[in-house]
Amino acid sequence: MKILVPLKRVADPDNANKVKVNAGKIETTGLEWKPNPFDEYAVETALRLTENGANPKARLGEVVVVTFGPKETESTLRQALATGADKAIRIDATDDQLDGDVVARALKALVEKEKPDVVLAGKQAVDGDSNQVGQLLAEYLGWPQATFAGSIKSEDDKSLLVGREVDGGTINVRVGLPAVVSVDLRIVAPTSVSSKHSPAHKYPEGVRFAALMAIMAAKKKPLTEMKLADLVSDAALKITYTGFELPPARKAGIKVASVPELVEKLKSEAKVL
Amino acid sequence: MANILVIAEMAPDGKVRKSTHSAITFARNAGGTFSILVLGQGAKAAAAEITGYGAQKVLVCDDAYLANPIVERFAPTVAAVAKNGFDVIAVTASSFGKDLAPRVAAKLGAGYAPDISGVKDEGGKLVYRRPVFAGNAYGNCTLNTAVQVVSARQSEFSAAEPSGGSSPIEDVALAAKDAAAERVEFVGLDAAKSERPDLGEARVIVSGGRALKEKFAEVLDPLANMLGAAVGASRAACDAGYAPAELQVGQTGRVVAPRLYFAIGISGAIQHLAGMKGSKTIVAINKDPDAPIFQVADYGLVADLFNAVPELVTELKKATA
Repeated sequence: MKILVPLKRVADPDNANKVKVNAGKIETTGLEWKPNPFDEYAVETALRLTENGANPKARLGEVVVVTFGPKETESTLRQALATGADKAIRIDATDDQLDGDVVARALKALVEKEKPDVVLAGKQAVDGDSNQVGQLLAEYLGWPQATFAGSIKSEDDKSLLVGREVDGGTINVRVGLPAVVSVDLRIVAPTSVSSKHSPAHKYPEGVRFAALMAIMAAKKKPLTEMKLADLVSDAALKITYTGFELPPARKAGIKVASVPELVEKLKSEAKVL
Repeated sequence: MANILVIAEMAPDGKVRKSTHSAITFARNAGGTFSILVLGQGAKAAAAEITGYGAQKVLVCDDAYLANPIVERFAPTVAAVAKNGFDVIAVTASSFGKDLAPRVAAKLGAGYAPDISGVKDEGGKLVYRRPVFAGNAYGNCTLNTAVQVVSARQSEFSAAEPSGGSSPIEDVALAAKDAAAERVEFVGLDAAKSERPDLGEARVIVSGGRALKEKFAEVLDPLANMLGAAVGASRAACDAGYAPAELQVGQTGRVVAPRLYFAIGISGAIQHLAGMKGSKTIVAINKDPDAPIFQVADYGLVADLFNAVPELVTELKKATA
């Protein structure tokens, strides 16, 4: 099975409360970049689907990672290569040339060249929180989609049984390949992903880390560059941000000393009881 | 002035989901006129519920093909109806809405504003406000396409109340089927069974963290029962198996904004705060005085929750007796 995984680098989400707005723009200088966590889960999922968990060094499929950005975003790709992805593509672009729609249209053109069986995407990037590229891409390709996947079982690499985490429960769907799947965080639980190669392997919780040797070896894996214009002829953006602002600050709270005091405050001050 | 098409979402029990009322509020706030499209098996019966909200028309596509929420089956009909003179297609940003809306946008070549928290008409152009960076900033955006698609955050658009009148109901035809839909088979829904209110609609939510361990339900249920509250959970509590995944509040899980939110034994990771920061009054109970949750709490109590929560139940009984 061949899987394409789009990756985005984002400002370190663990420092998201340090987001600054300067003259209506998000201040990105000084922020540390990290791969979008949901995209890391997608890479982990793709690797699990293309290996036997008991012998992960032997690749039993192909994982291609792709990102959009300037040269420096290649480090995001190299990290994915170091954890096991087989090949990487960087589509040269600057942030102001991109929105979710352009990315989806460019990915469509890339899918037509690369011909993966599955596109595995994170359900959303934790900077824009848009949750759209997988669905847009599926429609542009005329493929089915399975969003918010918390579990995936590959059925002989012809179809996927996907547990979709939705409001109030889990919807199980079977999607015939090729298809687009977007993953949620429980996809990296120990037994969330299984395939014919690895029907019952129990993984450690979370995503794998690259060994030092693998980081060195990743430098020799293929990484190619393409131009955005090679993939999309119409570069028009569909969304324009006119400004950003910080949320209104919450009124500073107080500490109460006891449960009776808490109840008294809720009753007479907040008036919520 | 925009002519807006609101997409109603049906629940498995054949009714229109309450979450739909948030998309109606969006349509009212945006100004102009709106119609509501109800799609699904039994949509005709469900449509009668929402004729009193001021829509020009309630459009109905009642077909067994739409029995299950497979968006590949819904998108062609939504797009076909949208082409009858609608400028904005709006859905509530439930999991169904977020699944469907981009697919419709791609079909229409429309721009999409996801998970918006506000809308303003500025000189005839709609400006959408939306949370980014897990709610740590807000962006104002406009769409550069004549036809626009939006999903409206349920916690930010309060449920619309009926406005009287009776919108005429009109049938619409199922559009030609997409080939992609043929490759999706609905296997089943594992629905959480609960007598409690839905997290998205509850006025009070009692959420617990990993600190509750195996006593999650034992400690929280009496408090939730007492308050008629929904129960929520942090990611850590769900990951550890103390609470089912569908209770999760946060960037993964549900975004909520009840009148009163209890965070019990929850440290306050950004991931969780993204899902509950909009709550009107936040109470935090945690034994760690430095837990980040206290930075967003209106009332913080540094205490061992295993003592404090039962005491809270007792005191609430006294206070509300």
